[in-house]
Amino acid sequence: MNNQHNIVKVCMLAGKIMLQSGAETYRVEDTMNRIASTFGLPNAQSYATPTGINFSIDISEVTNFMRISNRSTDLHKIAEVNNISRMVAAGEIELKKALTMLESVDRDTPTFSSWLQVIAAAFVSGCFTIMFGGIWADFIPSFVIGGMAFAGMLWFERLVEIRFIAEFFASFIIGVLTLAFVDNGIGVYMDKIIIGAVMPLVPGLHITNAVRDLMAGHLVAGLSKGVEAVLTAFAIGAGIAVVFGLF
Amino acid sequence: MVILAQLVTSFIAAAGFGILFNAPRRSLIQCGLVGMLGWILYYVLVLQEMDVVPATVLAAMLVGGLSQICAKVYKTPVIIFIVSGIIPLVPGGSAYDAMRNFVENDYFTAVQLSAKVMLLAGGIAIGLMFSEVVKQMIRKWSWKRTR
Repeated sequence: MNNQHNIVKVCMLAGKIMLQSGAETYRVEDTMNRIASTFGLPNAQSYATPTGINFSIDISEVTNFMRISNRSTDLHKIAEVNNISRMVAAGEIELKKALTMLESVDRDTPTFSSWLQVIAAAFVSGCFTIMFGGIWADFIPSFVIGGMAFAGMLWFERLVEIRFIAEFFASFIIGVLTLAFVDNGIGVYMDKIIIGAVMPLVPGLHITNAVRDLMAGHLVAGLSKGVEAVLTAFAIGAGIAVVFGLF
Repeated sequence: MVILAQLVTSFIAAAGFGILFNAPRRSLIQCGLVGMLGWILYYVLVLQEMDVVPATVLAAMLVGGLSQICAKVYKTPVIIFIVSGIIPLVPGGSAYDAMRNFVENDYFTAVQLSAKVMLLAGGIAIGLMFSEVVKQMIRKWSWKRTR
């Protein structure tokens, strides 16, 4: 009994970490079922949506439920959990070890510090300006604005913990700064600067995940992720739109 | 010279997105390379006056295929490479243009651009789906042969 309890715990924890890190739903379910079948539960049932997991070890057994409230993107954690489930499936580690390893992954802090992320966002912004046909004179303004907007988003997200409002705020910063820069003769093409600076906020991961979930037949998860992506895009567009409307 | 600038910037952009998404440190270079190759294929095809939608489909196929290979070789989930690699192809610029035209009350252009954004997103989906299908076909084929 105790053993079964632990198996459920390992499966749920693995699923929880993956969902919170932004993995595709079908990968989450696949991982949970695979871990369960390695520990001698071939008939385990799992149902994951972006906001919660249901899991039972057999069709007539008790169902366990876990709520997923905050989601971010952390590819490192997905890779780690994938690694652990691989080791479990190969029989290299036992149940207790898997549980402690998963708990330590769950506690992990991001590999890259906020500062490094802001710098990366700045470089991404500058590079996208060039890629979308901008001129090199627009590289620096886009670099600065993109970095500042991303830093603003991180700061605001800590303040209010509503992602959409943080994104709206960040794109509002982009709009204001771009207008200020171009009016003062720093930077030439406003469109190219804005497109570049907006790119770190664009919900690329959500769009791809939504499509991949839909293709795998997870209609509920795919649609809800698609809605999340549309909402984010709307927040970004609205932020810029407000600036253009005001000035 | 233009191509060289595109190569460098797309590499930095894709690897930078790896950092934003907290990808494992050792796969950042591969993320950058996948993104770079996908973008260059798209860029060259568009330079050859191909329409952007089929160009996106082909580039997404390349990104999907390369990501599957990387996932196999480095034993990491395929999503890491796909996400960073596909980012340059995501129609962020057109989506922004569409939004701006809506705000400026130019609905005619805005709807036109929105339709293009939908087509491009669909093109990315088709490209990724294709690579998935090829992977499953190869897996089934080799499974039959080893039996």
